[in-house]
Amino acid sequence: MTMGADRTDDLRARVAAAAENGAPLAIRGGGTKDFFGGPITGEPLEMSGHRGILAYRPTELVLTARAGTPLAEIEAVLARSGQYLPFEPPRFASAGSASDSTNKGACAPGGTLGGAVASGLSGPRRPYAGAVRDYLLGVTVLTGRAEILRFGGEVVKNVAGYDLFRPMAGAMGSLGVLLDVSLKVLPVPPARRSFAFALDGGAAILAANRIAGRPLPVTGAVHDGGRLILRLEGSAAALDKALPLLEEMAGPAMPMDDDGAFWTAIRDHTHPFFAGDAPLWRLSVAPAAAPLPWHGPQMVDWGGAQRWLRGEADVGEMRRMAMAAGGHATLFRGPDRARAFQPPAPAVAALNGRLRAAFDPAGIFNRGRLGEV
Amino acid sequence: MAGDLRALVRALRRALPEESVLSGKDDLKPYECDGLAAYRALPGAVCLPRTRDEVAAVLRLCHQADIPVVARGAGTGLSGGALPLAGGVLLSLARLNRILEIDPLNRVARVEPGVRNLAVSEAAARHGLFYAPDPSSQVACTIGGNVAENSGGVHCLKYGLTVHNLLGLTVLDAAGEVMEIGTGALDSPGLDLLALMTGSEGLLGVVVEARLRLLPRPDRVRVLLAAFASVEAAGDAVGRIIAAGIVPAGLELMDSLAIQAAEAFVHAGYPLDAAAILLCELDGAPAEIAETEERVGAVLHAAGATHIHSAEEPAERARLWAGRKAAFPAVGRLSPDYYCMDGTIPRFRLPEVLAEIARLSERYGLAVANVFHAGDGNLHPLILYDAGRPGDLERAEAFGRDILALCVAVGGVITGEHGVGVEKLDSMCAQFGPSELAQFHAVKAACDPSGLLNPGKAVPTLHRCAEFGAMHVHAGTLPFPELERF
Repeated sequence: MTMGADRTDDLRARVAAAAENGAPLAIRGGGTKDFFGGPITGEPLEMSGHRGILAYRPTELVLTARAGTPLAEIEAVLARSGQYLPFEPPRFASAGSASDSTNKGACAPGGTLGGAVASGLSGPRRPYAGAVRDYLLGVTVLTGRAEILRFGGEVVKNVAGYDLFRPMAGAMGSLGVLLDVSLKVLPVPPARRSFAFALDGGAAILAANRIAGRPLPVTGAVHDGGRLILRLEGSAAALDKALPLLEEMAGPAMPMDDDGAFWTAIRDHTHPFFAGDAPLWRLSVAPAAAPLPWHGPQMVDWGGAQRWLRGEADVGEMRRMAMAAGGHATLFRGPDRARAFQPPAPAVAALNGRLRAAFDPAGIFNRGRLGEV
Repeated sequence: MAGDLRALVRALRRALPEESVLSGKDDLKPYECDGLAAYRALPGAVCLPRTRDEVAAVLRLCHQADIPVVARGAGTGLSGGALPLAGGVLLSLARLNRILEIDPLNRVARVEPGVRNLAVSEAAARHGLFYAPDPSSQVACTIGGNVAENSGGVHCLKYGLTVHNLLGLTVLDAAGEVMEIGTGALDSPGLDLLALMTGSEGLLGVVVEARLRLLPRPDRVRVLLAAFASVEAAGDAVGRIIAAGIVPAGLELMDSLAIQAAEAFVHAGYPLDAAAILLCELDGAPAEIAETEERVGAVLHAAGATHIHSAEEPAERARLWAGRKAAFPAVGRLSPDYYCMDGTIPRFRLPEVLAEIARLSERYGLAVANVFHAGDGNLHPLILYDAGRPGDLERAEAFGRDILALCVAVGGVITGEHGVGVEKLDSMCAQFGPSELAQFHAVKAACDPSGLLNPGKAVPTLHRCAEFGAMHVHAGTLPFPELERF
């Protein structure tokens, strides 16, 4: 359908050789999330040459593309049919470090489809529309045995066999090399508007959760320190009717101009909150959990379910704070990468290990990326 | 194994209250099948624990005795997933039926596995919330069974399947060890075990608690009924609605035979002269619904609808849905037996697949009623047969396998929401190759090294598929050679 190239044979040969020698591979798409997760060892396995949209029929609301296809290309093709990826995968800038410069030509700006799925990251619409895993319909995956397996499909209802495709989302490549991915897509909502409400953190979290319990067309809720910012999407008529109800629950609303840029900046971490070198922590917590005892800068997203914190802190303390709020902590950007992800409880961690071995017996894929998990 | 079983039953009686362990033949009889009554087996014993600790004790003892366990909720499953194993233990979770907590602010219901699906929405209603997955059996089926099958329902077009509406599970492994899967947050570290467990048909673990996502009840609901002069035209209208950028809350299709049956059974007010009807539910804010209804109406007219009726009053909406929800038993009144299929296909293949099913129906000499989740492309052809007539069941099963092979041939799958169970083991061989099947078995071994949880279900052995393939690929010809393949 679009300019593409099939590198399946090369990739399979690389994996077969690596498996035979037990040599680790570092799967790499656009390289825009190199900073994320544990430090990784292994020869780079570049995916950005394996690209192209394989099937897209707008009336089916399904798109299938090779994993190395740039997200930007996919979103542009969808936009031409008035459709989009509702989970808002972030498009981070390339790392641009010295060691990357030789690879620049191969890097896809804003990342690839495979990276978006493997990282499992979703933008501000996540609590209202679902995460990347909720839109995943099927994958073709190259396992550590150099076998090419297809799980799921291009239909939305499918319970044949165990679900071995949704767990690819967020697996950070630890189960295999994604070759192609099928996603459910949706029509772009006809209208969008955003409003700001002057509330402190506690009041904003309470209001966002009370609002989420009402049938209102809210698709984003961020607290930036002084304001609760809500995004509404749907029919223009529905947005008009919703505003008085929102004001009833959150106080007077100030309309936001150029709100598209704001939500993109939250999604892609180009908002000033994310600038600078201070460690960035992601605490995924129960949405209505009280404001966290943190004195540094904080940004609340996902209607309270995702709290971004900036500053030096003890990993153990952050994990305890997250657990007390019903969730877990990730060192999203920071120096102590080996401890980026919070390990699950021992029984769950052991099962994680056995499952990874079931896909990748020699442990060649992205060794260390999921950290202690 | 029988000797071991007797010793195990004695041990179970010591661990559980007397009335919680059944082993007399008459007591076991009600558990010999689930909703797929064509398959029956008498279990060695039935355990009816009341608490998580009792469930763990049953699993631990079975593990020590090396005796397999089949978990069961309400037994409404349609693929034999809860079919007992002769000489094994049937573990009923029906008595773990407490709603432990409704947290309206976080919009979470914490429930035991034996809670009925509809009971969750009933308990959440006073907070203006509901639990979205709504299989037709929702008055009876349990949350544990819904998780095991990844159940859908008429509203999953908009609100998703069970897997999309789960936040966490407490699962016991075959040895009775507990695992917390998911957190109080929207995600958790490590692999997505929540997705893996959902739909695993009781082969990977036993659910003893589920945290369910609750959604706000929509302000306004409207149901449109559109009549068509042909099934193909109705199928085409489905694609046109989606193409117009509209995602209804539900979009269901019934053909003439299903309409006649449902009308005779519940008097839903369906037009008896229609070759097919579509039921289209819209929900949302009043202003939005009015706008969407106008657009849907225009699409339906353009697609050749002969008649459109719009219902807003709750009683009238309930009446329209009653016909759909009672369609299976209604069709059951037309024939001594019926066999319900459950394939999913890409929506745009609907017209040709329906036409092919009609051709197969003639070839097998068995009538078919079609009533299904058209918006999802999830077919439920109901094959009418008479088990009392020699050869009829075998013909119905062969017809069913052909329908599923047809689904695979057009790029679809062999089961959308009912699961594989024992029923579709052969059809799994049409869906997956030996490498995928081997991967499924490796995942089973990783989760359940003892192999004691619901063995023999859901995933066929490679040997079985080799035999099935030898039987079905005659002279190298594929089924449905006339169809374009993707």
